[in-house]
Parts: sequence; structure tokens; C-alpha cells
Amino acid sequence: MSAVSSGQQTRPMYYLLLLMILQLGLHTAEGVWPLPQTLISSTERFPLSPQAFYFGYGRQSAAQQGCSVLDEAFKRYFSLIFPDYTSAYGILRFSTDKPFTVEVSVDRADCDGYPDENSSERYNMSVFAGRASLKAETVWGALRGLETLSQLVYQDDFGSYFVNKTDIEDFPRFQFRGILLDTSRHYLPVQAILKTLDAMAYSKFNVFHWHIVDDPSFPYQSRTFPMLSSKGAFHPMTHIYTQSDVRRVISYARMRGIRVLPEFDSPGHTKSWGQGQPDLLTPCYKGGIPSGTFGPVNPALPSTYQFMAALFKEVSSVFPDSYIHLGGDEVDFSCWKSNPYVRAFMQKMGFGSDFTKLEAFYMEKIVNITSALNKTSIVWQDVFDYHERIPKDTVLHIWKGTPASYHDELSRMTKAGMRVVLAAPWYINHISYGQDWRNYYTVQPLNFSGTEEQKKLVIGGEVCMWGEYVDATNLTPRLWPRASAAAERLWSDEKQTSNVDKAFPRLQDFRCKLVRRGIQAEPLYVGHCKQEYQGV
Amino acid sequence: MLVLLKFVVLLLALGSGQARQPHVVVEDAEPVFEPSKFGSLWPLPQKLKSTQDAFKLTSFRIVDAKDSSAGPSCNILQNAYRRYYEYMFGAGQKQGVFKLRRSGPSDLTGLQVWITSADSECDGYPSVKSDESCESLPFLIVICLETFSQLVYEDEYGKSVNATIITDFPRFKHRGILLDTSRHFLPIKVILANLETMAMNKFNVFHWHIVDDQSFPYLSRTFPQLSQQGSYHPYTHVYTPADVKMVIEFARLRGIRVVPEFDTPGHTQSWGKGQPDLLTPCYSGPKPSGAFGPVNPILNTTYDFMTQFFKEISTVFPDGYVHLGGDEVDFTCWKSNPDIQRFMDAQGFGQDYSKLESFYIQKLLDIVTTTKKGYMIWQEVFDNGVKLKPDTVVHVWIGGGSNEEMGKVTAAGYTTILSAPWYLDYISYAQDWQKYYKVEPLNFNGTEKQKALVIGGEACLWGEYVDATNLTPRLWPRASAVGERLWSSKDVTDINDAFNRLSAHRCRMVERGIPAEPLFSSYCQREYKGI
Repeated sequence: MSAVSSGQQTRPMYYLLLLMILQLGLHTAEGVWPLPQTLISSTERFPLSPQAFYFGYGRQSAAQQGCSVLDEAFKRYFSLIFPDYTSAYGILRFSTDKPFTVEVSVDRADCDGYPDENSSERYNMSVFAGRASLKAETVWGALRGLETLSQLVYQDDFGSYFVNKTDIEDFPRFQFRGILLDTSRHYLPVQAILKTLDAMAYSKFNVFHWHIVDDPSFPYQSRTFPMLSSKGAFHPMTHIYTQSDVRRVISYARMRGIRVLPEFDSPGHTKSWGQGQPDLLTPCYKGGIPSGTFGPVNPALPSTYQFMAALFKEVSSVFPDSYIHLGGDEVDFSCWKSNPYVRAFMQKMGFGSDFTKLEAFYMEKIVNITSALNKTSIVWQDVFDYHERIPKDTVLHIWKGTPASYHDELSRMTKAGMRVVLAAPWYINHISYGQDWRNYYTVQPLNFSGTEEQKKLVIGGEVCMWGEYVDATNLTPRLWPRASAAAERLWSDEKQTSNVDKAFPRLQDFRCKLVRRGIQAEPLYVGHCKQEYQGV
Repeated sequence: MLVLLKFVVLLLALGSGQARQPHVVVEDAEPVFEPSKFGSLWPLPQKLKSTQDAFKLTSFRIVDAKDSSAGPSCNILQNAYRRYYEYMFGAGQKQGVFKLRRSGPSDLTGLQVWITSADSECDGYPSVKSDESCESLPFLIVICLETFSQLVYEDEYGKSVNATIITDFPRFKHRGILLDTSRHFLPIKVILANLETMAMNKFNVFHWHIVDDQSFPYLSRTFPQLSQQGSYHPYTHVYTPADVKMVIEFARLRGIRVVPEFDTPGHTQSWGKGQPDLLTPCYSGPKPSGAFGPVNPILNTTYDFMTQFFKEISTVFPDGYVHLGGDEVDFTCWKSNPDIQRFMDAQGFGQDYSKLESFYIQKLLDIVTTTKKGYMIWQEVFDNGVKLKPDTVVHVWIGGGSNEEMGKVTAAGYTTILSAPWYLDYISYAQDWQKYYKVEPLNFNGTEKQKALVIGGEACLWGEYVDATNLTPRLWPRASAVGERLWSSKDVTDINDAFNRLSAHRCRMVERGIPAEPLFSSYCQREYKGI
């Protein structure tokens, strides 16, 4: 490459010759990440000019101009397709370029709605001379197609834009493709969340699992219980998410076809809740008297359930998604055991000394609260492991174990007829030296023993970025492009994407695209991007 | 030569007035870390006596003392004043508007910097011989200013500082950071930001591993083809002479030496692209395979090239030392080459290729000696028994047995620096800074005289997995742990106190615009904004 660009000392003839070689060998459209289900491309290429490039709605399209999701997306993708473009460009050279039009057609004009668990993201796209046609059932599918289109366009060494003749049929392998961010262990400024949503759209993720509160802090500013954040946040003014912050995140996500799934984890992981809500947590006892410390939510008091009903009523109206994540993981029983009132309650309920029954009792009541609000509950696997009675429409979330043990868990859960989201292999907050993206890439989510029916119950997977060691300073390079490896596993056909070495150059290319788009995605290995990251 | 930074004295002189109680209230929203009694000082000064007498900083100025030999023309000081003023008070603050408020006895209105030596040396470069105690050379006043800025704290009434006496000096003279600009090109901006952060952590050597196998971004005036052919891109991925000058000056203003490394005879694949015949052609059977190995040590042209090249380097980089590398030489290519074999026979080296390596290094060292530079080399050169000048610095990097190596090197009378335990490119989950912190560099068997030969250490951030996107948060505050180990007294080992101070120090770095990553769940008053 360097030989080609060193124009200064190269004779013109030689230069041209090299250029022609480059033109021949170069781009087939394999540079799309995650890989589309079917992609046929030829080496025939069409020049694109930003002065003569248009997005439009097909005549048959149910959505037409005024469709917020698509109108906004056209603006975004114009800049993503032509990263060098400035308005001065047009003044300098009057364009005689042939026009190129991207014609978008959707079957349903769901322009003001939210993506949901059943939204189709399927699209077909054909690129011809002067025209690309993008067809989708929903606007969300059209968004995925626009992303693919933006990755098909490339620049040659002189900055001219091209796209190859291409035919694509594409749809996700899994419906649920999530990223978890943890805003409790460290507060993430809204800007960091929005940037993550951008990058998610580039990798075709469609669920932002917002682990918004936990033991260390409670940054969600509740309308109903403002004391929760004013006492429980790291700082009551600067380290909170106001209602308008939350609305901004949800609407930003919607524009990118991303669902926002809030998690209010209880009864464990709730230390920060207790500071603003007296009597919510269980007082721990030591030697017959309260020790001054607190344990999980107190399941023995009716006031607990009144509080939870009010809180989840608010949450269900603030967050439009049909899922609410209820947590339910890692409940430590020692404090419950120490408390005489909790023990008395156990006796009264006939639980004996089996505290998992108490936990089950609590979770069931919480699940009933959310069911009454017409929401689907999603809970961590612990809830399934310890209790029998879970409503069938609850979604289970696997987070523990080795490949062998999560495959067993998948078998058991799907056999019980439950829907499952797999996160265990994608705990991306765990870092190590070298190319660990390969581990995330080679996961086989459906490689467990079970019927076809069972496998259909695996609705997807999730990349978790827990926050112990992550804040705004290092979130982005730690997340990208490592999460993109999981994105391809969740979107693309497993057979076509089983070779990790073949994926390597494509992911390297994609990571440079992310950098070009201002996402500080870290390198996979030695090498360079044409445009390096310009920040610090 | 005596130079005084007078702030300590000044604070004491003002200490007689009625002081406000320092405002340290632990809110019921319990912070994860406890404030240290040493506040946020990092690295911890050698001697520190602080009181609870707080002074409010009012209409604060940093000025040259009346009798100081350095005046407004001393750009090191003037730049440092501005920099630290901005760090302490923010750049945008208007001055002199609220003059109405009279300064009271508990107010502190200025910091006087008094350079008492006749020659203020404002135009010099830091060197390995520089004494960095706060009562010493002028261009190292910046180090003391850093300490002062760390004493300043904020409460709802504004900025204050407690009366404090500090006597400070580094335990080790060589406190370095290695950045690798060959595996990935690092834009100048990233290098400068890290020099800035080095100053905040009292590092004083930037070891610039500027070229290697993967790319040759150094634009040589004598041999422009090296970067023209050997860089990732001949225009966008090179360091021009102006870039290099800028880095050196930026470093100088912060009391930081720039030691360039031009590693040979191995690690030189990228050199070969722009300099034909420099590398050894490898053979496959009787024919050249098309691949190349280390620098070809049997050609006179090699040494002519090196002579000219290092002559340039010695003028471009003002530091007294050049790092010559010399690590990880793979002999297989040399073995395959029949010309090399003939040369080996002629020299009587038999089959011992380390003798050939020594032959090369010996000649290289002689070349560099004529440029009046000292040199640093990786430990293999010493291990292979190459004859070294007495002032050679041997760089110990091989993990496992590094204590024995330190013993051997110092027993042979050479100065040495330690990097083996501080390869920061190796990452792992959780608080690995503690591992770096717990290293004791002098923990090897040897006499006092031997231990005195250990002049310091370096944290190395090799570039295989690091570029502008992730360098800064990966380096800081993990390197800060090394910084304190190399600066502070040997007995500063309290890991809990270190955690508390380092947490605060990392938030200060964040506040100053450096994306230093967190140590553990917690928060900074002002989170990173540069997203």
C-alpha cells in the first residue's frame, strides 16, 4: 500500500498501472459486519458522489416522507456513507455526476412506535447502477439495511466513493441481541450511553439492557420516590439520570431500532435503595440486636410490596418496552437468617428453614406486580434454579458457568418451556491479554441437547459490561470491537461464520470503520487504520 | 548550586492567623474509599508535615520571587506557572474582578518561586544527573509545582491548602514510560497527553520505542526512504523532524527526558524496506528465500549506514543516552546464509552465533560512542558478554529471574534499570496495579554498592494491542503505581492508603482531561467529559 501512495517519487505511468491492479483486486462487498445471511456481490462497481446521492421512499412504501425514524436515519447515514463530506465540497466542483438513489420501502409505517420483541428486522437490498432498492417489513428492518449499505460503500486511495453491484437478503438469527451497561458501580454520563447506542446500531444490536441501579448507587431519579436517588446516588445532583435523561436515552435508542430494557434488580443488590427508603431492606442482627447493617429487601413486610408496586408502576410507564428485568440474582441469605422477624415470617408461611422458598415467595410477588402491569418479566437464572413456580412467559437470563454448564442450563430451561437469553459466555468486563474476541466469536449458543422446539426458545444473547472497573474513561475501547464479535454470532448464520481466522480481516476492517465514525474501538492486533483515532 | 521553591516557607509564614477548620465531612452516602491522611498526594513525598491550618487561596498568583535569577524569559517556569494555575483554578476564571474582598490572615495570595543559583539554566535539558529534589535545578521546579497543586483542595467556599512542610526528592533517578509507536502508530496528540500525565506522576524519562519490525514511522533526514517505505503510511503515519522536536520540547518543559530507541540487529523488518542490503537475506537451501532476517553484520555498508544514521539521531535527540535495543535476535536466518557462515569461519566464531551478535553490537557501540552519547541496551547484550562502556545502562526486562539478573548486572559494575515486573501491556481482570505497586526493585542479593547501581525502572506499554483508542486508560493509573514505587521512600508500602490516595489522584487526572481508568466501583466528583 505504501508503495502506491508515495506519489512524490513515482513516475506517472507506473502509478497508473498500480492503480489498475488495485481496482481489479480490491473490493468485493464482504466488508459487512455482522455478515448478512445471503450476500451476492460482483466486482462491477458504481461511483457515488455526495452531490448526487439521494434517499427516497418507494412508491409502494407504507412509510413516506415525515416518517421520523427513517427521515432521521437518512440524515445520519448520509454522513456515515460520506465521512469526508462537508458543505464546501459542493461549491468547489459543480457536479455532473450521475445521480444515485436509495429507494426505501417498508410494509408497515410503524414510524412513531417502538421496536419490540416481535419486530421484524428482515430486509432485502439490491444495488444496481444508479440505484439501490431497500425493502423491509418494518422501519427497523430498513434501519438494518441502511447500516449494511453504509458498510458497502468504500473509498479508493483518492477519496472517491464506490459501491459494488450487490444483492442481499438478510435477517437476524436471534431476535434478542443485547448489551448490558452497568450505571451503578460507576455512573456513566448520558453522552457515554448515547455513544454506545450509536456503536450498537453499527453492530446491529437491538436491546440496551440498562442495569441502572445496584448496591453501590441508585442514579435513577424516581418521580414517585425521589429520595432513592437523592440519598442513594453517588451525588444527588451530578450523578443521576433525570426523567428527561431517561427519555432522551429511550428516544435515541428508538431512532436506532434499539429497545431499552431497564433492570431494577431485587431483592439482593439493593444496598443503595435502602438509603432513601427506610424499612425497605432487612435489618441484620448480631447477638439478638440489630447490627446496624442491612441485607436484601425485607420480604416479610407488606410495605415492601406496596413500595415495589408503586415503583414498578412508575417504571412501566417510563420505559415503553414490554420487558422489565427484575434481577433476582445472588441473594445472600445470612442477613435474613439473622433477623428474628424474618424467621417468624418463615414459620408463619411454613417455609421451615428453606430460605430459597422465601426468595421464591418474594420473586413471585414481584413478577405478579409486573404481570399486572402487562409487562413480561425477565430474571437471572438463579430464579429458575431455586424455585419451581415461575409464570411460563417469564424470560430467563443465563449468566453463570462454563460452556458445558450453560449448555446444560439451556437444556433444562427450554425443556421446561421457558424462553432464554444467554449471557454467560459474553461477560466482556473480564479482560485478558491477547485476542479474546475469538472466544466470544466461537460461542455456539444452540449446541445443547434439545429438540428443535427447545432451540427456538433461545431468543438471543447479551454482552454484559459490568461496571466494577469501567467508567466513561475506558468503556468504549473495552466494549468495541469485542462486543462486535458477539454481534455477528447473534445475527449471522453460524455455518457461514464458523471460521474465526476468516472473520479476522473483516473485523479489523470493521473496527477501522468504527474508529472512522468516532467510536474509539481498540485494535485487534498490530496494524493501522487509514484514519487513526483523533482523541486521546 | 541552590535553587529554592519557596512555597513551603511562605505557607508557614502565613500560618499564624486564625485558620478555618479544614472541611472533611464524610457524608452518610458513604464514599467507597476513605480519605487518606495524606490527601491525594501521589507519589507520596519523602518527608511531609502537614497541619490542619487551612488557607484559602485568594486572588492567587504564582510569581518569580524578587531575588530569583529566573525571570519572565524563563519559559520553563512561565509555562509551568500557567499550566498549574489552570489545573488549580481552571482556565476560564476571570481575575481581579472580585478585588473588593480583602484578603484576611487565613488567605494565601501567592506562591513565590525563587531560583537562587546564578545561572537559572532555563534553556537546558534534564539529564540523568539532574537532581530533582524540590530545592534543586530550575527546570525541575515543575515537579514541586505538581506537588503544590496536589495539596490544593476544594470545598464549597473555594480552594484551600493546609500549612505543610515538604522535603522531597526521588528515590530513583530514572523513572520511565516506554511507548511503542511501531506496532501501532500513535498520533502526536496521544504522546503529548501522556507526557503531560507523566509529569503529574513525576515520571522523568520517555523511552520512545519509535521503530520496530512492524513499521518505521521516524522520518530520517539522512535516509528518508526508511519511513517512506517502512511506515504504515509515508505521510499520515510518520513522525517528521518537526513532530519529534515538538515532543522533545514538550517533554523538556515538564522535566522529562526523551530517550529514543533504535533497536538492532533484530526487530528491524521495517528498516529493510527502505534500506536495501541492510538486512540479512535468508536462504532456503542454496537459494535466497526472499525473506530477511536481522541486520546483516558482515557488510561494511551496514556500519557505514549505522554511522550516518546514529550521527543524525545524536543531533536530533538531545538526551545523553540512546537506547540501542539488542534484544531477541533470532539466529535462524543468519544460520541459513552461506556468506554469514563463511564470515563466521573466517572470524573463528565456530557455530556460536551469539559471538556474531556481539561482534555486531561491539561495532555499533563503538559507532555510538563517537557521537558522544551514552547508551542503554536490553539485558541480552550484557548476557552475551559484549564489552560495554562503564556508564552503559543495562535494561532488565525478562520476567522470572529478574532479581538474579539485577544481581549479576550490578555485580559486574553496570548501572541498571528494571522493567521486568512492569510490562503494563499484559492486562488482567481487576486491580493489577497492586501487583506493580508491591514490587521492590532492590529485592535482590547484592551489596549496598550494587544496589546503588540500580538507577530506576520503566513501565513498558508495548503496542501489539494498544493504539490511540485505548492507550491512555490502559496506562493510567496503572503506571502511577510504578511512579510511586520509583519516587517515594522504600517504606511507603501501605496498600490501603495507596488505594485511597490513588483513587483521588486518578480523579484528579480525569478532571485534568486524562481518561485514567477507575480502580474499582466508585465515582469522581467530575466524571470524564471527553466522550
